[in-house]
Amino acid sequence: MTETASADVPYAIELMGISKAFGPVQANKDISLQVSKGTIHGIVGENGAGKSTLMSILYGFYKADAGDIYINGQLTHIPDSQAAIRAGIGMVHQHFKLVENFTVVENVILGAEDGAMLKPSVAKARKLLKQLAEEYQLHVDPDSVIEELSVGHAQRVEILKQLYREADILILDEPTGVLTPSEANHFFRILDGLKAEGKTIVLITHKLREIMRVTDTVSVMRRGEMTDTVPTASTSPEELAEMMVGRKVLLRVDKQPAKSGKVVVDVRNLTVRDDQKVERLKDVSLSVRAGEILGIAGVAGNGQSELLKVLGGMIPATSGTIEMNGAAIDLTGKRSDGQSRRARGISHVPEDRQREGLIMPFMAWENMAFGYHNDPAYQLNRLLMDNNALKRITADKMQSYDVRPPDPMLAAKNFSGGNQQKLVVAREIERNPDLLLVGQPTRGVDIGAIEFIHKQIIALRDQGKAILLVSVELDEIFGLSDRIAVMFDGRIMGERLPDETDERELGLLMAGVSEEKGAA
Amino acid sequence: MSEAARNRLTKGLTDLAFLILAAAIVYFALRWMTAGVEAMIDPVTPGRGESWPLWAQIAQLVYLVLASVLTIGVLSVLVFFRVPNMRDAILVPATSIALAIIVTALVIMAIGESPLQATQVMVRGAVGSGYGWGYTLFYATNFIFTGLAVAVAFHAKMFNIGGEGQAAIGGLGVAIVCLSVPWPHWSLALLAATLGAAAFGAAWAAIPAYLQAKRGSHIVITTIMFNFIASALLVYLLVNVFRVPGSMAPETARFAEPTHLPSAYDIAPWLGFRRSTPLNVSFLVAIAACVGVWLLIWKSRLGYEIRAFGHSQTGAVYAGIHPVRIIMLAMLISGGLSGMMALNAVMGEAERLVLDPVQGAGFVGIAVALMGRSHPVGVFLAALLFGMLYQGGAELEFEMPAISREMLLVIQALVILFTGALDNMVREPIERLFLRLRKGA
Amino acid sequence: MDLSTVILLLDSSVRLATPLLLACLAGLFSERAGIIDIGLEGKLLIAAFFSASAAAYTGNVWLGLLAGVAASMVFAGLHGLASITFRGNQLISGVAINFLAAGMTVVIGESWFALGGRTPQLEGAGRFHNITLPFAEAAQGVPFIGPIYHDLISGHSILVYVGFLMVPLTWWVLFRTRFGLRLRAVGENPAAVDTAGVSVVGMRFTAVLIAGVLCGIAGAYLATGLSAGFVKDMSAGRGFIALAALIFSKWRPWYALMACLLFGLLDATGSLFQNIQVAGISVPVQFMQALPYILTVVILAGFVGKAIPPKAGGTPYVKEQ
Repeated sequence: MTETASADVPYAIELMGISKAFGPVQANKDISLQVSKGTIHGIVGENGAGKSTLMSILYGFYKADAGDIYINGQLTHIPDSQAAIRAGIGMVHQHFKLVENFTVVENVILGAEDGAMLKPSVAKARKLLKQLAEEYQLHVDPDSVIEELSVGHAQRVEILKQLYREADILILDEPTGVLTPSEANHFFRILDGLKAEGKTIVLITHKLREIMRVTDTVSVMRRGEMTDTVPTASTSPEELAEMMVGRKVLLRVDKQPAKSGKVVVDVRNLTVRDDQKVERLKDVSLSVRAGEILGIAGVAGNGQSELLKVLGGMIPATSGTIEMNGAAIDLTGKRSDGQSRRARGISHVPEDRQREGLIMPFMAWENMAFGYHNDPAYQLNRLLMDNNALKRITADKMQSYDVRPPDPMLAAKNFSGGNQQKLVVAREIERNPDLLLVGQPTRGVDIGAIEFIHKQIIALRDQGKAILLVSVELDEIFGLSDRIAVMFDGRIMGERLPDETDERELGLLMAGVSEEKGAA
Repeated sequence: MSEAARNRLTKGLTDLAFLILAAAIVYFALRWMTAGVEAMIDPVTPGRGESWPLWAQIAQLVYLVLASVLTIGVLSVLVFFRVPNMRDAILVPATSIALAIIVTALVIMAIGESPLQATQVMVRGAVGSGYGWGYTLFYATNFIFTGLAVAVAFHAKMFNIGGEGQAAIGGLGVAIVCLSVPWPHWSLALLAATLGAAAFGAAWAAIPAYLQAKRGSHIVITTIMFNFIASALLVYLLVNVFRVPGSMAPETARFAEPTHLPSAYDIAPWLGFRRSTPLNVSFLVAIAACVGVWLLIWKSRLGYEIRAFGHSQTGAVYAGIHPVRIIMLAMLISGGLSGMMALNAVMGEAERLVLDPVQGAGFVGIAVALMGRSHPVGVFLAALLFGMLYQGGAELEFEMPAISREMLLVIQALVILFTGALDNMVREPIERLFLRLRKGA
Repeated sequence: MDLSTVILLLDSSVRLATPLLLACLAGLFSERAGIIDIGLEGKLLIAAFFSASAAAYTGNVWLGLLAGVAASMVFAGLHGLASITFRGNQLISGVAINFLAAGMTVVIGESWFALGGRTPQLEGAGRFHNITLPFAEAAQGVPFIGPIYHDLISGHSILVYVGFLMVPLTWWVLFRTRFGLRLRAVGENPAAVDTAGVSVVGMRFTAVLIAGVLCGIAGAYLATGLSAGFVKDMSAGRGFIALAALIFSKWRPWYALMACLLFGLLDATGSLFQNIQVAGISVPVQFMQALPYILTVVILAGFVGKAIPPKAGGTPYVKEQ
């Protein structure tokens, strides 16, 4: 593994003193970075650490406020993406930038056409795509329409797009977030192939496993600053994690063994088909007992969201039954909405607090009633709400959940991610539910708030409540759960006890590999 | 009284004092400036067929810009130091309106007239007499109803552009109620007509609402189409069904005497209203509607759900708020308010249903709602301003025939443009300014 | 109905369909690029006014056309400024443009001509006259085909032919050129265009300005071809019918031709016959006038084939953070 360039071979990428602010937020602070040609360089950091911003500057998507960029030793001015492409830089974004109803070949040539007519461009692209596909194991039908492709194939199109533009430097932003482990493995082999061809690759991720598997060197970012750059061989995931968060992380949460009681929620043969008639949940059965936390592990997009949403009354189920405290709940129709679920003792901390859990322009006190605005305690009379009572109640809850600033009149959008989440958690836990649904409770939340939220969840469990936790963070699943169920492609792949399993076994289940296939 | 309440009261009173002080400063400064410019340009006032000298036109423009800068400046200081969270509610619309006024002045200058003179004629015509006030408030009544209608739909993030058609069909409801029952007293007739107008207006909004809620059809396009369909329907009905036998005019019979609403002259002749004033009790219904909408949107559960849905549809589903229900209810209320405009125009003024009873008021409602930032207080003030514009515009037509009545459409367009479509152009510099000021402070 | 009545009806349909078609294609360019345009009506009107005014002043209809197109492009630019540069609400901007045109045409017209919002009657070179295609006279005698060629195909103003030729041209530009690929992409997923190194703002402005040009031609045809001068509110809702035709055609050029011809036929039928008997029931003329709008609502409701608009339509492009 080459990790230092000799004096006469310039760095493929050299950034000097890059700074960028969005309004009052300093996203990048005086960042310098060198990447040698023909290597894979990883950039790790928590959400919001400034990784994507830095790479977007390199790709000309944003303009840096200060700093210089050298590409292959040349000072390069990159005011827009066109300039980046000319400098041989290609970027694959976390959310694919593909036109859904265009074909593969149309997407590949978009912006890189030869001449004003389409026909010659398409013919040339078709030929080149075939070559590239063979060379890099990137097979995909040039005439299929993007919306019919799987996520893995769509990603290949994105990479082909960059190779078609003859990019020598590839920036990949969180490329495996939507891939299954087997797709991800194939993807890593592609990266190895690209490296062998002399391409320089920058891989942005927050998954330390990937960094260890594929990179030559790795940089760590924290709060807009570059903390350190080290050869991958000389570091460990623990060390990287420490650098990412700035102090020793407690991966284990302090908790007593569960004293589980009777079954609170019992899900039998639940199936959900979405508007496109795609089966999102397939014959799912599970139950959660009082006083225990059931953790659902899995790669994002394998039905966990739908499970939460059916239980929380956000989408109807196609078939199956759910019993809450021994009595069936409606899965379709008027009595299957969020209000009815709340009436049955189900509270829900949703996966996306900004789009679901909170109304961002609403003030904290308005959000405190969200979902419970029909509660008689919040009403003045039959028509009007008791806004003053709500403000008082909110002030109390903000105090006990340490929401900062504790101002009920502040709009939700003006709180930090952690404090927004505390608002949601306060609202849902304070309803004293029999079952708490929790989705991604600590996504985009600072460390301090994570510990606080975890403690609240454990405390609720210890009061004898049932908790269903969905998280894509395995550490969180291991830390909180009393039992772990793994979901893949809309199914429960298996259930394990945290003490009797490890990340490797769960990883296989998450990839859809079941070891007890015959037995089950 | 608790300490917090006392503090709030003290702050409120101080704010009010500052507001009065600022208003006084602006008022006297503007009077002084206006007098100066008038004195300057008065000697060169052109006779018939002549035009203004260039310097006089430029002097007026400079005056206008300076006056705007002064007003906005004083307002900015007041808002920044006393009520910084009212920035979007006060400063942004004020600046937008100033821009609209300046562009209007440029148009007036371009056709060779004096904006200053035009303004004076309009202000005198609109609020200079009881006669003027009668018409100003009459128009304002129409605009309050249609403005509230657009505002309620805006809160649910829907753009109800169909106020014109809903009000016309509301007129149909009023006509049917007034013509089909021999009402003993106007109050009973008003009550029934209110229900009729609201029900018909709501019904006309119900189909686009249903298609939006259930089929995802774009409500803007369907309500535009329904305006045209309403107008065709009304023509058909007036020509073929409601026309008085033997009459050529496509209109219904005149409503019976007992259904005639008391006019402002009947109620309060001492305020200087003339016998012919069109202003009638439906103005009070409009004010009641403002209060009602305020209670609905900001105090009631339904309003809470409407606002939540308007801000985030996924959030609404999470909270168990039914999108179909909210879309339907918000549009029914919106259509009902539009329809109630007919109380004023059809029952209060014309006392029969004519071909185009709405006269564009449905569209003025868009400008009014945008300018009033969808808040009933803002809608009331904006409707009043547009009422003044419409009455002032009528006077202007008499006194300065070179400026045609369609100037009102230009002003309306500019208000929609600056307060609506170009909102970011106005807001972003103000936000940046405030940010910089706060850093400095 | 004999052949000559049918030809008369179709001939009238073609004339009435032309401004709809041009405005509809204008909307097609704009909306395919993701900018919803309910300001077609306003652009038609302002173009009609300025073309008639310039033609009246100069006596040259080509200068009139130029003035009409220029005026329409200014309004298109305003729409672009509001909805692209300042990322404002495209619908509100369109509404503003319609009122601005309705007001400005009369205010300026009164000031210039003092004819109650009209422009002077256009004569001679101040109008687009009907042109006779080659051999039209000679072919007139040929049975059936002769009258069709002479009375239906020949004998329209040059702008009618321009309008009909715009259909294949639009199709070709959209689906066969680099520009078309980018334009369609920017209406579906502007982020894809942006990251591919193509300016979203540039593409959208170009599309909006093309819409301005086409609306300009349509407006000029209204005032200098279809009639001989500008009359207050002469667009009379045609911009909205064009919008309806655009939805009816599901944003496709050939379908747009069909939709506009259909709506033109409805218009012609309504003005030629006061009473239409369908299966023994007399259909009111108001129903005929409302039919395009009713049909559009039916299409929008998705009962007869769902109309799926370009995905990014109506949403201003903001780079995500």
